[in-house]
Amino acid sequence: MDASDSRTVKLTTEQDVVSARQAVRQLCQELGFSLVEQTKTVTAASELARNTVTHGGGGEMRLQVVRNGTRRGVRLTFEDRGPGMPDIEKAMSDGWSSGDGLGMGLSGARRLVNEFEIESQPGEGTRVSIARWK
Amino acid sequence: MERIPILQMGEFLLVTIQVELSDQVALTLQDDLTERIRTTGARGVLIDISALELVDSFIGRMIANIAGMARILDARTVVVGMQPAVAITLVELGLTLTGVHTALNPDRGMQYLRAALAEEVHGHGRLG
Ligand SMILES: Nc1ncnc2c1ncn2[C@@H]1O[C@H](COP(=O)(O)OP(=O)(O)O)[C@@H](O)[C@H]1O
Ligand SMILES: [Mg+2]
Repeated sequence: MDASDSRTVKLTTEQDVVSARQAVRQLCQELGFSLVEQTKTVTAASELARNTVTHGGGGEMRLQVVRNGTRRGVRLTFEDRGPGMPDIEKAMSDGWSSGDGLGMGLSGARRLVNEFEIESQPGEGTRVSIARWK
Repeated sequence: MERIPILQMGEFLLVTIQVELSDQVALTLQDDLTERIRTTGARGVLIDISALELVDSFIGRMIANIAGMARILDARTVVVGMQPAVAITLVELGLTLTGVHTALNPDRGMQYLRAALAEEVHGHGRLG
């Protein structure tokens, strides 16, 4: 992928979650991320991609290379038009799940990256954007 | 669908995860292993995850579930070969894998299973 473009991966099935992980891994490698940085970024992406599929009813992930001076990083944006979250704070807390998950996806993903933003409107959907700098 | 093979070696079951684990493959492995422990009466399960490049909360839950189910069926579980980058990430993600025994490599894992089993046999002997 050319450092200047952005691309999207559709997220409808759990197989798409695997494709999303692979796309993120490849981009991190292209940017020269260390193995630990790669693993953290891909793991955060896996959590958020699964949430988009299972809680958000499907959506997409956008991958971008970002720059800040000489630093480079990846920005990943997960977006769906699903049910949204009535209480973001609760959803972000360790161990809370509306289903039978471990409830560590959102809170854990936040710890694994440098930037984390979440927007969600009940009935409209959810957008989570993360960035990890090299 | 892809299935992860389960090998039997005496009273132990051995699993090497060599594919990218989709959620469905992970769930199938959990079911298959539980069933195999039940039908074989295996006393130990060794899961080699050295080829696994990622353990997220779903895969972590599967590993913990396998260990929990195995315990109920009177078998011990040991997970071997976790890559350092995966271990570091797991801690930061906040997963503790409670009740899951880990070992550096398959040899150490087998040592653990044999020792755990010997201890149990010894314990039963004294009670009996
Ligand atoms: N994209 C989403 N759309 C709607 N709800 C979501 C979304 N992502 C997360 N949630 C809500 O936040 C909760 C916590 O998410 P997470 O920490 O990943 O735990 P888990 O997925 O194990 O339930 C979920 O149980 C769900 O209720
Ligand atoms: Mg989740």
